[in-house]
Amino acid sequence: MNPFDEIAVEEAVRMKEKKVAKEVVAVSCGPTQCQETLRTALAMGADRGIHVEISGDDYTAVQPFHISKILAKLALEEKADILLLGKQAIDDDCNQTGQMAAALLDWPQATFACKVEESNANLTVTREVDGGLETLKMKTPCVVTTDLRLNEPRYATLPNIMKAKKKPIAKKSAADYGVDLTPRHTVLKVDDPPTRAAGEKLETVEDLVSKLKEAGFYGEL
Amino acid sequence: MLASLAKSSSLCRGLSHTLRRFQSTLVVAEHNNEKLTPSTLNTITAAGKLGDVACLVAGNNCASVAEELSKVNGVTKILLADNEAFNGLLAESITPLVLETQKQFNFTHILANATAFGKNLLPRLAAKLDVAPVSDIIGIADKDTFIRTIYAGNAIQTVKVLDAVKVITVRGTSFEAAGSEGGSASTENAPECSVKNDLTSFEGSEIHKSDRPELTGAKCVISGGRGMKNGENFQMLYDLADKLNAAVGASRAAVDAGFVPNDMQVGQTGKIVAPELYIAVGISGAIQHLAGMKDSKIIVAINKDAEAPIFQVADYGIVADLFKAVPDLNKLL
Repeated sequence: MNPFDEIAVEEAVRMKEKKVAKEVVAVSCGPTQCQETLRTALAMGADRGIHVEISGDDYTAVQPFHISKILAKLALEEKADILLLGKQAIDDDCNQTGQMAAALLDWPQATFACKVEESNANLTVTREVDGGLETLKMKTPCVVTTDLRLNEPRYATLPNIMKAKKKPIAKKSAADYGVDLTPRHTVLKVDDPPTRAAGEKLETVEDLVSKLKEAGFYGEL
Repeated sequence: MLASLAKSSSLCRGLSHTLRRFQSTLVVAEHNNEKLTPSTLNTITAAGKLGDVACLVAGNNCASVAEELSKVNGVTKILLADNEAFNGLLAESITPLVLETQKQFNFTHILANATAFGKNLLPRLAAKLDVAPVSDIIGIADKDTFIRTIYAGNAIQTVKVLDAVKVITVRGTSFEAAGSEGGSASTENAPECSVKNDLTSFEGSEIHKSDRPELTGAKCVISGGRGMKNGENFQMLYDLADKLNAAVGASRAAVDAGFVPNDMQVGQTGKIVAPELYIAVGISGAIQHLAGMKDSKIIVAINKDAEAPIFQVADYGIVADLFKAVPDLNKLL
């Protein structure tokens, strides 16, 4: 599971443990293997899963643009009060899905959350922003995306992994939510990043200072 | 057949030339109501490669930002929206303003910094425009083809955007900063829009004050990792940073251990920096950290573990105990 999503699942399960949430539904869009990811979420404490199957070429080209549409429809259908997502997937590094789903639902959004507190159908969320932190107060329903420091996800225990096998996973398709998967971007190519030339190991700090002088750093800086 | 192909391709060229003239780009300026965020200048350079550059300044008592922007090279027009409703620069209140502005001016490209501000705002805007945004671009191939990194900077993807309006966040360190003098942009009021946001309220912020340069724009960055052992030991790096006019960063391990605040984290999920000189002290060099600094011009690593992956990207490495090497360096500089 994407590490930020583990943090989102953990936060949802904690909300349930604090009786803030009644039910936790885990959702994954993609090929059959997604069911393993859903089982992990169920073993962490989610109540049931929804697998929106997207495979083959559709899966290769699918983007936050499409996923956010599916999630927005699904959130309404499930009458969710809080839609929790990771702040970004560590493969495409997009950091878009939560914000886009919030827009489609016209729900407020709190991205990069490092603290979430509930009181009277309001969420007070502390966000990690450049230079420090900021605090927002939001009405539910709302969208929250998780940052690294929100919590430390639990390990699924063996008994919970066994129990998770009995929890239901509903199978859906993008068409069930009326979402068209036509690509909006074409990936023209994927290249290796430029490699850095091998460096050298220096013996002493004096050597380093003279190298920095040679490179024109020391003095100018 | 060949002739007609040649003709149509020259027609295409002619057309794209005409299009070029009608390309117009909106940059949503990032600021704190008093000063422009420095990376906005890098985004303006990226925008200039695409067409005429207009800037939207939304905020609360932000006239000085519009004044500062009017002198920036390459900016032709400033749209100012000064309203209490934009307090805290919430995505919920700025999105309707940008949509209204877009309705009036039909920009082909809408850009913002790939910072917490731009990453929060632009996807929300893109969804409202029903287009797929492009995050954190490091290059522009042409008006609809952009270059970005994936897998923590381990692959470079070239993407052609098929939507009519391109919504893009820009990695500041990949573009030069536009000159802050010499421009003469006109300022006008942004279109009126009724901002009704009773869903979210901005409760306040806690921004860490520092006299050192801002991390993402600094010419020199010194970062500490788990090897620093505690927060007090970072004082050595601050002393060194003051001598080199450097910013101080950290690895995730150092942040998680509570040595320094989160906003100092350099890496895939923290800040991306590309200074002239990056000094990594007590940092092993995990992929996620390298994603945030491997485009630095010169990388120096100080680590007692000769096998640490950081040495594979370092131009100069010293295998030594940082508690000896850093004080020595402090004495010599």
